[in-house]
Amino acid sequence: MSTRQLVVVGNGMVGQRLVEAVRQRDPQRRWRITVFGEEPRPAYDRVALTSYLTGTTEEELRLVQDGCYDDGCELVLDEAVVEIDRAARRVRTSAGRELAYDALVLATGSRPFVPPVPGADLDGCFVYRTIDDLDAIRDRASSVTSGVVVGGGLLGLEAANALLALGLDASVVEFAPRLMPAQIDRGGGEVLRRKVEALGLTARLDTATERIEAVDGGLRLTFADGSDLDTGMVVFSAGIRPRDELARSAGLAVGERGGIVVDEACRTSDPAIWAIGECALAGGRVYGLVAPGYEMAEVVADRLLDGDAAFAEADLSTKLKLLGVDVASFGDAHAATPDALEVVYADPVGGVYKKLVVTDDASRLLGGVLVGDASAYAALRTMVGQPLTDTPEQLLLAGPSTSDLGDDAQVCSCQNVSAGAIRAAIHDEGCADVGAVKACTRAGTVCGSCVPLLKTLLTQSGVEANPALCEHFDVGRAELFDIVRVTGLRTFSELIARHGRGRGCDICKPVVASILASLGTGHVLDGEQATLQDTNDAFLANIQRNGTYSVVPRVPGGELTPEGLIAIGEVARDFGLYSKITGGQRIDLLGARVEQLPAIWKRLVDAGFESGHAYGKALRTVKSCVGSTWCRYGVQDSTSLAIMLELRYRGLRAPHKIKAGVSGCARECAEARSKDVGIIASENGWNLYVGGNGGFRPRHAELFASDLSTAELVALVDRFLMFYVRTADRLQRTAAWIEALSDEHGDGLAYLRRVLVDDSLGLTAELEAAMEAHVGAYTDEWAAVLDDEEKLSRFVSFVNAPDAPDPSIKFELERGQIRPVVAGPTLEVVRR
Amino acid sequence: MTVIDVRLWTVVCSYDRLPPERGVAALVGDAQVAVFRTFGGDVFALDNRDPFSGAYVLSRGIVGSRGAEPTVASPLHKQVFSLVTGECLDEPGVAVPVYEVRVRDGDVEVAVP
Ligand code: SRM
Ligand SMILES: Cc1cc2nc3c(=O)[nH]c(=O)nc-3n(C[C@H](O)[C@H](O)[C@H](O)COP(=O)(O)OP(=O)(O)OC[C@H]3O[C@@H](n4cnc5c(N)ncnc54)[C@H](O)[C@@H]3O)c2cc1C
Ligand code: SF4
Ligand code: FES
Repeated sequence: MSTRQLVVVGNGMVGQRLVEAVRQRDPQRRWRITVFGEEPRPAYDRVALTSYLTGTTEEELRLVQDGCYDDGCELVLDEAVVEIDRAARRVRTSAGRELAYDALVLATGSRPFVPPVPGADLDGCFVYRTIDDLDAIRDRASSVTSGVVVGGGLLGLEAANALLALGLDASVVEFAPRLMPAQIDRGGGEVLRRKVEALGLTARLDTATERIEAVDGGLRLTFADGSDLDTGMVVFSAGIRPRDELARSAGLAVGERGGIVVDEACRTSDPAIWAIGECALAGGRVYGLVAPGYEMAEVVADRLLDGDAAFAEADLSTKLKLLGVDVASFGDAHAATPDALEVVYADPVGGVYKKLVVTDDASRLLGGVLVGDASAYAALRTMVGQPLTDTPEQLLLAGPSTSDLGDDAQVCSCQNVSAGAIRAAIHDEGCADVGAVKACTRAGTVCGSCVPLLKTLLTQSGVEANPALCEHFDVGRAELFDIVRVTGLRTFSELIARHGRGRGCDICKPVVASILASLGTGHVLDGEQATLQDTNDAFLANIQRNGTYSVVPRVPGGELTPEGLIAIGEVARDFGLYSKITGGQRIDLLGARVEQLPAIWKRLVDAGFESGHAYGKALRTVKSCVGSTWCRYGVQDSTSLAIMLELRYRGLRAPHKIKAGVSGCARECAEARSKDVGIIASENGWNLYVGGNGGFRPRHAELFASDLSTAELVALVDRFLMFYVRTADRLQRTAAWIEALSDEHGDGLAYLRRVLVDDSLGLTAELEAAMEAHVGAYTDEWAAVLDDEEKLSRFVSFVNAPDAPDPSIKFELERGQIRPVVAGPTLEVVRR
Repeated sequence: MTVIDVRLWTVVCSYDRLPPERGVAALVGDAQVAVFRTFGGDVFALDNRDPFSGAYVLSRGIVGSRGAEPTVASPLHKQVFSLVTGECLDEPGVAVPVYEVRVRDGDVEVAVP
C-alpha cells in the first residue's frame, strides 16, 4: 500500500479538525499530511477569541495537542500557499517551496469584510479575527478612551463587549434597523438593544458610515445623515467574506458572492481538491459557524479514507452571552416556512423576549428566538422538527421537559453529538461528570451552551455527582448555607436533628462550623462550635507532623517594624521555636507544644500582634509590593491598600482559604494574579482580577473590572467574597468555583459580573451588608482565648497533668535550630 | 484455675471536665490515653497515639459517627477510628488499643493494663 500525500491549506479551527479526523481514521498512516498555515501560530480556538483579552492565554486557546504532528504529519507555520498548479498537482508557498499532492484540502476560512468606506484603512482602524488583531486592538486601547464597532451583528457585539472590557466607552453602529439582524427578529432586537444600552454600550441603528477621517488624536466617523462621532479607534465587524482567492486563481468554481463551490462530499470542481469550513460554499451557502465546518472536516476525512459520508444542511442555531445578555436563535427563527405561526412572549421591562415558530397546525416546532432568558435553548433546539410535547405557550413559559429527549436528538450542535452518544458515554464508558463526558464525546467543548443538557442527562442516568456532603447530610454546602441562613438554626445539634442524621463527621462538622462563623455566631470555640472545628481551628494554630503547632503572626501586607521583628524574634528565642520566612510574607514559628500556645499569643498580643490564620479556611494573607511610596515604577500605594484589605477581611471563614495580593504596577511583584483576589494598580485606579491560585493546578486570576476607585474596589471585593462564601462548594477555591459557575451559566465570569456588578439577582446590597457585619464583629480570636478560663482549659498537654510536656515530642538541632525527631516507622499494624 | 481480675483504675478528671463530642488526653503511668464523651453521654478511651503519623494526637480529633458507630477522626490525616473497638474504619487491619473506662462518683476512671 503506497502512501499518498495530503496537503491542507490553512491551520484554522476546521483545518485542524480535518487533520485530527484523518489521523483518527487512518491508523495505518495511508496519508502523509502537510499543513500550511499563514498565521504564525498553530490553530487556536477562534470561537473563544475574545477571552484572550480578558486573560485567557494563547497556550490555553491552542487546539493542537502535543504529538499531533509527528510521524508522517507536518505543520508548517507562517507560510501561505500562494499558487495551485492543478495540472501538476503541486502547490507553491510564500517561501518558494513546492510540494506535490494527491489530495488538496482548502481550509482557508474567511476574512472580515471591511466596507469600502473612505478612511477605513487609517491608523486606528482594526478588524477582529486573529490573535494578532486582538494584540493590535489591545495596544491601541491602552492609549484611547473610546471605540466604535461598525457592525451590530453577533461578532460586532462581541467586539464591542471586548472594548468595554478593555475599559473603553464603546458604541456600535449598525446599518440595519436592529441588532443582530441575521439571527433575531425585530422584537428580539429591541429587547437586546435596551439591555445592552443599560449595560453601557451605545447602539446607533439604521446608520450608514460614509467616511472616516483622522482628527486631532483620534478618528471621526461621518454618517449618511450628516451627523458625526469622534472616537479613539474603529473596529470593523461588518460580516465575513470567504477566502477563495487561491481557488479563484486556480480556476476552481466559486460562487457569485464568493465561496468555493463544493458538492455534498465537499469536493470542489476539481476532484482532487476539497474545500471545508468558512471558505466553502456548500448547498449554496457559506457557513460562518464552526459546527458546520467540523461536519465538513469529518465528511472529507471519511471520503479520503474511502467512505461515503455526505454534508447535509447544517443547523444555524446560535446562542451567546453578550454583555451578560443571553441571546439565542434556532431553526427557522425568521418564520420563513410557509404558513408558519409565531408565538411571542415579550416583557420589555424585564428584558425578556421569546418567540417560537411552529407549523400552522401548531403540531411541530420549527425554530425560535430567545433574548434575555435562553435557559430553554439547549432543549428547545433538540426539538426542532419534532412533534410538540406541550402547547407552544406552555413551552415558552415553562420551558420543555428534557426527560423524553430521544437518542437521536442532537444535544451538542457544535460537535454534532446526539443524546444517544452521550448516554452511551455515561453507561458504557463510565463518564460520571460533565468533564468526563466532554473529554469522551467532545460535546460541550466549543460554545458550551449544551452543558446544562449534559448535566440533565447525567442526572437522569443517576450518575451525576451526588451533592450530598457526607452520610450525615443529603445537601451540599451552598444549600446547607441557605438552610442555616433561612431557618435561623444556629447549632449543629439542631441542624443535624432536623436536616441530617447521626452525629456528624470530619467533613460536615467543619462545614457547619464555617457556615456558622460566616454568619457571625461568636467565637469559634464557643460552646458546641468548638467540637465542630477542624484540626487547626480547634487549637487556633497549625498542627505539625509531631503534634506540635506553628504560630504565624499576622503581618498585614507584609509590613513589619523593626520593633515588631525583634518582638517576634524574642518569642521564637524564648520558646525555643524554629523560625522561617513563609511563602506568604510572614514569619512562621514552629514547634510549639499545645500548652505553650496561650503564653506565646500573650507575648504577641503584648507586642501589638495577633496570631494569624496560616490555617483555617479563611483569609490568609494579602501580599503586597512596596508600591508607589518607594518604588520608582509604582503608580498607586499598594502597601496601604493591602494592609487595609487584610485588616478588613481577616477572620472571614470561607469554603476554602482565600489569598489576595496587591501590586503597585503592572510589573506585578506581589504576584497578585496568582491569588483568589488580585489587584494591580493602573494609572487610573485599580484593576481587579479574580480566581487565581498556585497549588496543585496553578491558575492566573482573570480581569474582572478595571480602573476602580478604592471605594468601588472594596465594594466589589466585598460582594465577590460574600457570594463565594455563600455559594461555593466545600474545599472549592475561587477558580474552581468560577469554573463550576461556567458549567452552569455559560461564562462564569460574565455571570459574576451580572450578579455582582449589574445586580441581576438583587443581592449586592445584602452581600455588602453581610461583609460589613463581619468586619464590624471581628475580634482577635487568639486574644479572646486568653480572657476565657473555659477555653484556656483546653490548651493543656494532659487533663490530669496540665504542665507535663508530651514526652513523645523530641527535637534535635539542625543549622542552629530545632527540628522534630521522627520516631522510627510510623505505621504500626495491630491485628485483633 | 482462678483468674484474679486485677485492674488498676486511675481517676483522670471529673466527668464535667469532658464536654460532649470532645476528647482530652490523660497521662496514666507511661501511657497516653485519649478519653472521649459522646453526644449521648457515653465515655470511651483509646490510646492517644495516631498509628499513621506516630504523633500523640487522637484526643484532638473530631468526634462523630459512622452509621451507628461512634468515631474519632485523626486530626493529622483524617483516618476514622471506632471509639468502641479502636479499629480504623478507613484502613482495614489498623487499630489502636482500647482502654477500659468508667464513670464513678462523677469521676472518669481509666484502667491501663
Ligand atoms: C507555611 C507555608 C510554607 C512556608 O514555609 O512558606 C505553607 C504551609 C502550608 N500550606 Fe501552603 N504554605 C504557605 C504558602 C503557600 C503558598 C504561597 C503563597 O501563599 O503565596 C501557596 C500557593 C498559593 C496558593 O495557595 O494558591 C500554598 C499552597 C498550598 C496548598 C494548595 C492550594 C491549592 O489551591 O491547590 C495547600 C493545600 C490546601 O490548602 O488544601 C497548602 C497547605 C498548607 C498547609 C496548611 C498544609 C497543612 O495542612 O499542614 C501547610 C501548613 C502551614 C503551617 O503548618 O504553618 N498550601 N501555600 C506558607 C504559609 C504562608 C503564610 O504566611 O500564610
Ligand atoms: C471573535 C469570533 C467569535 C466567533 N464566535 C463563534 C461562535 O460563538 N460560534 C461559532 O460557531 N463560530 C464562531 N466564530 C466563527 C468561527 O471562528 C469560524 O467559523 C471558524 O474559525 C472557521 O474555521 P475555519 O478553519 O474555516 O477558518 P479559520 O479558523 O479562519 O482558519 C483559516 C486559517 O487559514 C489560514 N489561511 C488562509 N489562507 C491561507 C493560505 N493561502 N495559506 C495558508 N493559510 C491560509 C488563515 O490565516 C487562518 O489561520 C467566531 C469567530 C470570531 C472571529
Ligand atoms: S509591582 Fe510595580 S510598584 Fe510594585 S514593586 Fe513591582 S515594579 Fe514596583
Ligand atoms: S452546542 Fe456548542 S459546545 Fe455543545
